[in-house]
Amino acid sequence: MMSSFLFRAMDARAGIFLAIMAAVIILIPAGNLLVPEGSAFHVPNYALTLMGKYLTYALLALAVDLVWGYCGILSLGHAAFFALGGYAMGMYLMRQIGTRGVYGDPNLPDFMVFLNWQELPWYWYGFDMFWFAALMVLLVPGFLAFVFGWFAFRSRVTGVYLSIITQALTYALLLAFFRNDMGFGGNNGLTDFKDILGFNIQADTTRAGLFVASGLALVICFIICRSITRSKLGKVLVAVRDAESRTRFLGYRVEHYKLFVWTLSAMMAGIAGALYVPQVGIINPGEFDPANSIEVVIWVAVGGRGTLVGAVLGAVLVNFAKTWFTGALPDIWLFALGGLFVFVTLFLPKGIVGTFSQGWTALRQRRISQALEAGSGEAPDAPPHSPSAPANVTHATPAPKATDPQPAE
Amino acid sequence: MARASSLLYLDGVSVSFDGFKALNELSLTIGPGEMRAIIGPNGAGKTTMMDVITGKTRPDSGEVYFDGTIDLTGEDEASIAEMGIGRKFQKPTVFESHTVWDNLELALKAPRGPFATLFHVISGGERKRIEHLLDLIRLGGKRDDLAANLSHGQKQWLEIGMLLAQDPKLLLVDEPAAGMTDAETAETAELLKDIANDHSVVVVEHDMVFVRSLGVKVTVLHEGSVLAEGSLDHVSANDRVVEVYLGR
Ligand SMILES: Nc1ncnc2c1ncn2[C@@H]1O[C@H](COP(=O)(O)OP(=O)(O)O)[C@@H](O)[C@H]1O
Ligand SMILES: [Mg+2]
Repeated sequence: MMSSFLFRAMDARAGIFLAIMAAVIILIPAGNLLVPEGSAFHVPNYALTLMGKYLTYALLALAVDLVWGYCGILSLGHAAFFALGGYAMGMYLMRQIGTRGVYGDPNLPDFMVFLNWQELPWYWYGFDMFWFAALMVLLVPGFLAFVFGWFAFRSRVTGVYLSIITQALTYALLLAFFRNDMGFGGNNGLTDFKDILGFNIQADTTRAGLFVASGLALVICFIICRSITRSKLGKVLVAVRDAESRTRFLGYRVEHYKLFVWTLSAMMAGIAGALYVPQVGIINPGEFDPANSIEVVIWVAVGGRGTLVGAVLGAVLVNFAKTWFTGALPDIWLFALGGLFVFVTLFLPKGIVGTFSQGWTALRQRRISQALEAGSGEAPDAPPHSPSAPANVTHATPAPKATDPQPAE
Repeated sequence: MARASSLLYLDGVSVSFDGFKALNELSLTIGPGEMRAIIGPNGAGKTTMMDVITGKTRPDSGEVYFDGTIDLTGEDEASIAEMGIGRKFQKPTVFESHTVWDNLELALKAPRGPFATLFHVISGGERKRIEHLLDLIRLGGKRDDLAANLSHGQKQWLEIGMLLAQDPKLLLVDEPAAGMTDAETAETAELLKDIANDHSVVVVEHDMVFVRSLGVKVTVLHEGSVLAEGSLDHVSANDRVVEVYLGR
């Protein structure tokens, strides 16, 4: 059962993606650790960390694409789940500081000493253990998403109304985490981390390890998403996306399906956040900024909504552009991002990967029809199809036989 | 007919939208195995009646029972579908970005929960059944086409195929011949008669030739309630029916 579930995930496109990811996961850390600094193939430290960060963004984009691209839930609040995962990891990293903080308190993080707190709040218990923190990375975003989704999907909140309440959710969390008495470090957040699992967080090898972990997390989540979207459940999701009420009349409980992918997606966003925090060295309430969630949606739209590879590609490309712009033309970036979104919406509604595969399909169609015209007489291959494939691409196939069945002549 | 021996039982059902009564004390009974045609002018409430039966619209008052004992007014669309009431919509609604095959696979009677579908592997029996349905609706050659690329008539047929795939006890079919050529309409009537051999069917249709060819009991709806009931010849002889519907 499980093997057929995973087997379904594999095809040529997934194979290419996984091969590229394998190369990235091996070559980039190797270029950083093994290649001497003078060499043209040396990957500098900052580049390694930057790319590690991109990988976590790519995972976040993947999570958004799962709910938006395949189930039509436009989440404008996924940064909240990302940040919660980040905070869970941040709390673990804070507890690892021990007596090395400025105040040297063995039990309390610096900001609590600063606030004159006497003891650790109950909700910080357990975060000194990695396994507990790792569990919370999944459970906290997952639980929040479950509760949120339970109410929202049962009351059939959809479309723009749902998007707005996801924005409200992340904004509410932003305000809450800004408060000092919440016990999460207020507007400074959590920082000054020292080590993770006993390794110095600044060490080259640790950074390389975090990069590899981010790459592996992305690969695993990609395979999970792909197995899901290609299963019958994935077909139901696309049915919900395209005709929600029709799906109900077939007997599917739409709210259960939405709740399932929504919760899973939030957990993936949490993992992304947890891998992001040790690489950037800080988590603060700014990560809950509603604009962050909107940016993720733009990555997915650019790469190709409803194509998992597109989400990853979009996240990496847009963030690469962002890094370049904020270095070279910092004032322009937001305009460039807005312009990019408008451009993609108007001219590339299927995103980069969607447009590319549409072109590819059209080309194959033309070849098939040319072959038919040339009289080879071979019945064409079944036209390629996928749930996310554009709905207007397969009409060009002429009937292979004159007796193409019709409902009536 | 008494409620206990009926398959579908509506009594005194009223629905109003902003004060406008779309259904007005509608009472209707369908027996097990029966095929019934429903006619009536536009706006008579035919589609609204199906909305009430399938859980899309809650009635303001009245009783709706399925199988004699199940009160449908408290159930939602998914559970009503699971009980065995399938529906074809007036405007054909198929899943456009799915292939014809996938549309049928989604409709096929099978466990509907997320975990059941997540680990679902299509069985030989299911394949056979889909093949059979493809033959029946004559879309075998289009099995890998996206539903979006079908003609209007083909979409109607696909939707009928999906309805059959669900294997419901009761089929509600809303204007199946709309937008079809005469030949297609005749074939659709044949198909529905076939289906009626082992299912209960309620068909809404405007096309009198179509209704005549079904040769079943007809209910005429007007302004949300039943105006006349009986054979087509019987209701056609009714002055009120001629006045509000046939005479136009
Ligand atoms: N959701 C709705 N909101 C408001 N009015 C509606 C709604 N659904 C149906 N109606 C009205 O109810 C009446 C009956 O509609 P309908 O059941 O679709 O008629 P029929 O299918 O017999 O042509 C029409 O006047 C229609 O405008
Ligand atoms: Mg109607």
